[in-house]
Amino acid sequence: MPPARGTRAPGGRSLQVGLVVTWLSVIVLLPLAALTAKSFAGGVSGFWDAVTAPTALAALRVTILVSVAVALLNAVMGTLIAWVLVRDDFPGKKVVNVLIDLPFALPTIVASIVLLSLYGPDSPVGIHINATRWGLVVALAFVTLPFVVRSVQPVLLEADREVEQAAASLGASGPTTFRRIVLPTLAPAIISGTGLAFARAIGEYGSVVLIGGNIPRETQVASQYIQQAIEIDQPVNAAAVSVTLLAIAFVTLFVLRVAAGRGRRREEEVR
Amino acid sequence: MTTSTTSRLTLRTLALAYLVALLAVPVLMILWRTFEPGFGAFWESIRTPAAISAMNLTLLIVAIVVPLNVVFGVTTALALVRGSFRGKGFIEAVVDLPFAVSPVVVGVSLIMLWGVGGWFGGVEHLGFRVIFGLPGMVIATIFVTLPFVVREVEPVLVEIGTEQEQAAATLGASGWQTFWRITLPAMRWGLTYGVVLTIARSLGEFGAVTMVSSNFPGISQTLTLLVNSRYIDDQNTYGAYAAATLLMGLAVVTLLLMTLLDRKRSTT
Repeated sequence: MPPARGTRAPGGRSLQVGLVVTWLSVIVLLPLAALTAKSFAGGVSGFWDAVTAPTALAALRVTILVSVAVALLNAVMGTLIAWVLVRDDFPGKKVVNVLIDLPFALPTIVASIVLLSLYGPDSPVGIHINATRWGLVVALAFVTLPFVVRSVQPVLLEADREVEQAAASLGASGPTTFRRIVLPTLAPAIISGTGLAFARAIGEYGSVVLIGGNIPRETQVASQYIQQAIEIDQPVNAAAVSVTLLAIAFVTLFVLRVAAGRGRRREEEVR
Repeated sequence: MTTSTTSRLTLRTLALAYLVALLAVPVLMILWRTFEPGFGAFWESIRTPAAISAMNLTLLIVAIVVPLNVVFGVTTALALVRGSFRGKGFIEAVVDLPFAVSPVVVGVSLIMLWGVGGWFGGVEHLGFRVIFGLPGMVIATIFVTLPFVVREVEPVLVEIGTEQEQAAATLGASGWQTFWRITLPAMRWGLTYGVVLTIARSLGEFGAVTMVSSNFPGISQTLTLLVNSRYIDDQNTYGAYAAATLLMGLAVVTLLLMTLLDRKRSTT
């Protein structure tokens, strides 16, 4: 949209753009640039050594392993919850629907405490998962719960139910209809929600800091490794692992964007 | 899809059981643990000097971050929607960047820029302490909340278009007049929603703030840092529960506001 004549922006357009660029640079770009520069302070080999140090590598491995598990758990349970919220009806459904957003509204450190009060050292139900990988999975499943639910829900609401009814009337069983008709429609939304959950999980700190236990090579995740590296004054190690985490997140989000673009194009071709 | 009653009930039970075990029971548990010794104990625990100072610091950070995010968020959204300039796609991507960055990485990046030996580390000699000071916590919070206002205001600006603004300009209104009388009122609900999201995240930010704070009780602890240090350093589990419940109360208020605003936004 070309700027129309007569609608001058307050302060003038170029001043405005300059202001925006300066603001974004100081707050976002320069810190990330400084981080990247620091991670390569010892050259490429220095970066490589920092990332492949045994504890760093172990932390990255635990992070990815647990995040993949959580993402898959979300793909299944998130779709199931979205399904129940859209297609089922029961008293209290509205409350459940609002409750789904709670993990986004709740501070992550509170999520940690909340889960510890039930599954921690003085658990009233006798489940002790603090300082185990299960603890990490539960904490991350808690904070990433809304992603898949909220991306699948609107698609399910708009889905054409006539096709499903047609399949059923042609003799397809419930599971077959789901697999052949519903799942293909939902797949892009599930993948996008799962990817977002994964990207969030790999960088998560607050919710795992208390329940994870921070045991090197066991439950220490990358964000905890970074925090510790700063504390013991190894900034290059911290920066290198940070850049690796960033790279994983960017690649994930980039793949999602490309996949979404391709899906949209295919849809347009069909039309 | 016509699901039989049994399979529908099975799916419902599975979904609800998952939510109960993951969300409902833990939240009820912490409420019970907080209020079991009576409301007085809870009140006392959140009125200690350290807790009051943490509350004040958290509110101070919110009070600085929100106006900055509103001014720069609205400016950014206006530039992105109404302007046409080279590198617009890049700016769009930068606005979304904070969502992809781990809070701890935000903290580390700020240390690398503003800390001792960092690119801007020199400001400390001018008596302006960023890392381990209030400015660091403010900048960290701005970093993580930066996308909210922009992303909530942008679609509203696209939707309202420029016709009314042009009409106002034709009638002789200045740029500022048009902004205050036409543009700002039109985007008020989107802006409010963005502000609520910003407040919620500012109240609850932990990872980024913990990296750049000196974390002294009574001086540089926010509410989230208080929860952590009570649990870890003081072994004061009850105090941690109480402070967490306070934060949870604030989060629930936010959630209700969001639900209300969402309705308002879709009707007006």
